[in-house]
Order: sequence, then C-alpha cells, then structure tokens
Amino acid sequence: MNQMEQGDVAEKQVTHIQATKGWSSLNLSELWEFRELLYFFTWRDIKVRYKQTVMGASWAILQPLFTMVVFSIFFGKLAKMPSDGIPYPIFSYAALVPWTFFSNGISKSSNSLVGGSNLLKKIYFPRMALPISSILAGVVDFVLAFVVLLFMMYYYQIAPTINVLWLPLLLVMALVSALGVGLWLSAMNVQFRDVRYIVPFIVQAWLFATPVVYPASLITDPFWQYVYALNPMVGVVEGFRWALLGTDTAPGPLIIISAVVSVILMVTGAFYFRRMERTFADVV
Amino acid sequence: MSNIAVQVDNLSKCFHIGKLQKKDTTTLGEKITHTLATPIRRATQLMKGHATGAADLDELFWAMQDVSFEVKQGELVGIIGRNGAGKSTLLKMLSRITEPTKGSAKIYGRVGSLLEVGTGFHQELTGRENVYLNGAILGMTRRDIDRSFDEIVAFSEVEKFIDTPVKHYSSGMTLRLAFAVAAHLEPEVLIVDEVLAVGDVNFQRKCINKMEEVGGEGRTVLFVSHNMPAVTRMCERVIMLNNGRLVGDGPAHKVVASYMNAGSGSTAERVWDDPKEALSGEATRLHAVRVRNKDGKVSETADIAQEIGIDIEFEVTKPGCVLQPQIRLVNDEGVNLFVAVDLDPEWRNKPRPVGQYKTTAWIPGNLLTEGMFIVNVILWALQPTRILQFRAKEAVAFQVIDSMDGTHTARGDWAGDFVGVMRPKLEWKTEYNA
Repeated sequence: MNQMEQGDVAEKQVTHIQATKGWSSLNLSELWEFRELLYFFTWRDIKVRYKQTVMGASWAILQPLFTMVVFSIFFGKLAKMPSDGIPYPIFSYAALVPWTFFSNGISKSSNSLVGGSNLLKKIYFPRMALPISSILAGVVDFVLAFVVLLFMMYYYQIAPTINVLWLPLLLVMALVSALGVGLWLSAMNVQFRDVRYIVPFIVQAWLFATPVVYPASLITDPFWQYVYALNPMVGVVEGFRWALLGTDTAPGPLIIISAVVSVILMVTGAFYFRRMERTFADVV
Repeated sequence: MSNIAVQVDNLSKCFHIGKLQKKDTTTLGEKITHTLATPIRRATQLMKGHATGAADLDELFWAMQDVSFEVKQGELVGIIGRNGAGKSTLLKMLSRITEPTKGSAKIYGRVGSLLEVGTGFHQELTGRENVYLNGAILGMTRRDIDRSFDEIVAFSEVEKFIDTPVKHYSSGMTLRLAFAVAAHLEPEVLIVDEVLAVGDVNFQRKCINKMEEVGGEGRTVLFVSHNMPAVTRMCERVIMLNNGRLVGDGPAHKVVASYMNAGSGSTAERVWDDPKEALSGEATRLHAVRVRNKDGKVSETADIAQEIGIDIEFEVTKPGCVLQPQIRLVNDEGVNLFVAVDLDPEWRNKPRPVGQYKTTAWIPGNLLTEGMFIVNVILWALQPTRILQFRAKEAVAFQVIDSMDGTHTARGDWAGDFVGVMRPKLEWKTEYNA
C-alpha cells in the first residue's frame, strides 16, 4: 500500500456515495468481500447463544427433545395420531430436527437487525450479514440435535436408507426458506415493530401447516396436495423421514413446487431487504 | 488526476420528523379513541404510499443541505459545529451508514470509520474474542488482526485479563481494549467521530500519537470534535457546519475563532452606539469593550506568549462618583479564572467628572492556556454609595493560540497535550553541586 503515491489514485478503490432509488442490485460480490465478518457474526452468535445458561449447549438438544415428549404424549398417545407405521416419538423427532432449525432461524433472524441496531447506526457492512449469520449459527444446533436423532434410530433399531445422501440438499432447502422469511421479516421489523409480535403466531401456524405432528399422508385430495406443497417445509420434513426412517414419503414432483417457492421467498426477500436497507440506520 | 481523497458534492440529507400534535387529547375517552383509530389512520397512510412507520412523520427536516468540499490526500481536517449542526449526519453519510437524500461523495482509497469505540463489543465474550470481533467489524481481515494481535494487547495494557469475559472488566479496561483495536486500523481515509473525548487523558494521548504516527504516511483523516485545542493543534484545516450548511472552511485558527465567537454570541469588539441599548448605571454608560493584541489592533486571537489588552470605554453622565472598572475572565468550561480591578493610581479613589473614559487592562503573555476566554466587564461605584453601575456578561471573547514555538512559551519541547487552566511561564533555576 505504501508505494501508492499520488497519481496512483486511479488504481485505488473508489467508494461512491449517493442516493439510490427503487430496487437495487443484490450486490452479492460485496457480501463475499465481507465473508469474514459473516463468519465472525456467526461465530459470535454460536458463542453467545448459550452463555450464562446452566444447561449450556444442551439446550440445542433439549428443545426438540422436550417438544417431542409433549407431542408423543398428546398427539401420539392421547390423540392416536397415525405415524406412517413408525414409533411416534422418532416420527415426530425426525421432523422436529429440521423444523426447530427453521423456526429458530425465523425467530432469530427477524430480530437480528433490531437487536443489532447499535451496529447499524455506527458502522457500515452489508446489512444482510446479520440475518444470514443468525440463521447459519443455527446449523450447530441442528447438528447437535441430529446426533440425538441418530441415537434414537439406534434405540428403535431403524437403519437409515441410502437416501440420506439427499439430506444436505433438504437442509439447504430449509435454510433457503428460513433465509427468505428471515429477510422479509427482519427488514419489516426495522420499521414495524409489530413484526416482533406476529412472528410467534407465524411460527405456530406454520408448525401446523407442516407435517410435524401428523403425517402428510393424511392429505389425500390432489388439489390440496398442490396447495400443501406451497409450504417448502412440507418437502423438507417428509424428505427427512423418507431418507432416515425409510417412510414411503419420497419427495415426488411436488417437491419442485416447494423448492421453487423457497427460492422465490429468498430472492424476493433479498430484493425487498436491499430496498429497505438504505433507511435502516435512520429508522431503527 | 490530482491527489484528492474525498470529494463531496452538494451532499444533502432530509429526515421525516413528527409533526407536533395539533390538539391535546385531554380526556381519557379521547385518548382511547385516538389510540384505537391509529392503526386505521396508519393503514390509510400506507395505502397512499407514505411509509410512515411507527410515528406520524410528515414534517421534513433538512439535517444537511448542499455541503460541498474536497479533501486532499494526507490532509487532517477537523469538522466542528454545535450540536445538531449536522456533523454526525455528514460522518454517517461518508461512512455509508445512511444514504444522502441528494448529492454525492467519492472517497478514494480504503475507508475506515470510527464513530464509536468498541462497536459490537459483546459482554459475554473474552477480551481476545472481542478483539477479533471488533476488528472484523471495523474492517480488518483476520490476517491483519493475527498480525497485530500482540501489539493491540500490549497497547491496551490488559494482558492479564485478555481471556476473561469483558463483562468483568472495568469500564476503563474495556475502553482501553477498544481503543487499542481502533488505533491499529490502517485505512487510507479515516473518519473519526468524537470518540477520543472519553477515556483517561494519558491513554487518549497515546492513541492520538499512535494515529498520528500511522497517519504520517499520507493518511487522510476527517475528525469531528468539540475539543477546540485538539482541533487547532491536530488539524491545519477546519470545516464548520451550522444548521446543516457549510459555513466555514479554512485554516484551523480562523475557523475555530469564528466558531467560538458564534458560540458565545460575542466577538473581540462590542460597541453600543445606541444609548438606549447600552448598559448603564445611575451615573455611567458603557460604550465599547475590545480585545486588542500587542500591536494595538482589535483581534479575536492572541498568541499565547503575547500580552492581551482589554479596553473598556464608558461615559460618566453624573459627576462625583469614585468608580472601579473590573474584568472577570471565564474559560470555555465556565470556570472563573480571575477578577482584576482597575488600580490605575491616576483615578483610584478620585471622584470622576463627566466625560469619556477608556481604561485598558493588560493580561500578560504566558499566563493563560490555549482555548477560548470570555470577558465579563463590571463597573462599580464605590463612593458616595457603593452601587453596581452595570455588569456586561460575556462582553467580548478571544482565543489564545499556541503557535507550538516552544522557545517563548511554557511548553518547552513538549508538543503534546498540556493540561491546566493556566499556563504561566516560570523562572526555573538549577543549582548544581558535583
């Protein structure tokens, strides 16, 4: 840098500052430039998440585990919910692992900008780094919960199928969906704090719109199956059961709809985010 | 192409601010109706395309209007102005935190901005972890931080606690660690807010030295501050903002002096031509107060080594009073430095006839420190009855400037910060016995 004397100005990086209007490009190259910051934000979220809790990182396991116990008692035992011929606890837990990742991702990311308002007001960085990192941090929780799932499979003597190779792709789909929703909600939350109160309802409603406590096979009407597939988490959750537990719920052509929806959510979310971004520091 | 580092063209920023409520909703009933109707009102506004957000924001406020300037590479420019003048807005736009409404700016080179010390510090993380996190937030790469980590820790003087969570640090330790990271930034253009105003003085000095040292290699710095001595000492050029407009741009001394005067509402010279507006007592009337330098010229600035004259011109309208003019000197922090009374033997304890008087008090050189001083002028009648004639508060103001020429001043060879409300040059004598 030091040999850069005057006259070399042309070679220097130039920052243009001016008003932008309407929709702007996603500027992913800039996000790439700031990948280290993204890494540090994610790392911070992971480090800080369970600080000063007695149970520490075991909360990552306990959350879906407790939910599984409750669901098994009320839906499995009392309501006698069908479970595609699989013991209900593992049937629901296999769904809860990706679902918890998704729902925590939505909740955390929708609050990420408001929670990081001090950063927004004091320093520049691609704002998207905040919601993205809060979702990425959830991957660690996912892995921990997934290990428990493997133990449960051993306990119930269920061997995974070769289809587990599809799991990474299904996880990416959950991630893309969570990111799409997270980008929309976090950007809206900056201006409308109403979002904070709406998110729990969205998550709850979405849980019941996803075959977590019941099997997707309950929906038989072809028309409703199409509508159902608009929820990307349907494909993800049923795909998890299919790949791990060998249920007869192989992702059919309907998963294409789910995938398209999740990508649309993410792309529109990203554009909306970029559009709102320029006023974040002023209104947060 | 010239060696321009920052170019700002007609930069403007407009905020929507809430309108004052038209009428008070006095009764509880009215309040409830108003509150319940709010969502409907906002929804209607949204439908019409006004993004109103959490409040009814329909009044416009220009925080900055048509500000243009250029900064050359390697320049150290101070930005001054009163609260709300638009300094922070300018800095935020240049650091890309918020977008301008109109106009544009170009910055050539790697930009680093420091609007706050310790942005993103997390209480639960250790000192070491926070150094990395904060460094990344400020735009350092992991390699940069790895390379200067030991230096940062040594600089911060918290080595022993580097693996302790920051929440157990004292506020001073946190600040030192945060400063240490900031001081190791190496951008080509550095934008600094009044972050240096906190922390203990010695450590502040260390940071400024460090920044100047790194900045020696052609680094451009934009620096917002209220600390006028620091601005005049560090920056050659100063930009002054007022109500969102650029109102001064030039050599630090001149701009700072005019800021001082604007701030106190007074200048080096105050003349009351109109007898009706003049301050007066039952036997006297004030005409003028002036600050003069050693050449006798009216001057808003004075060199620290030179004497400063304060003229008081007044008229005696009723004969027979024994009068005593006084000056009281106050510094910019409101500290009363001294009171001096007129001891001229010619008129001491003598009744004065009607006429014009001009008395001058000379403040010796090498007595005051750098900064602004405000002069209050008071005239007492001592006989026949002790009675206050008038008191001209903040009559005039002047600024003492240290030319940094150590041979004639008290600072000797030390070029840094020099504490104290006074700065007398004393006689020093050393006796040596082998």
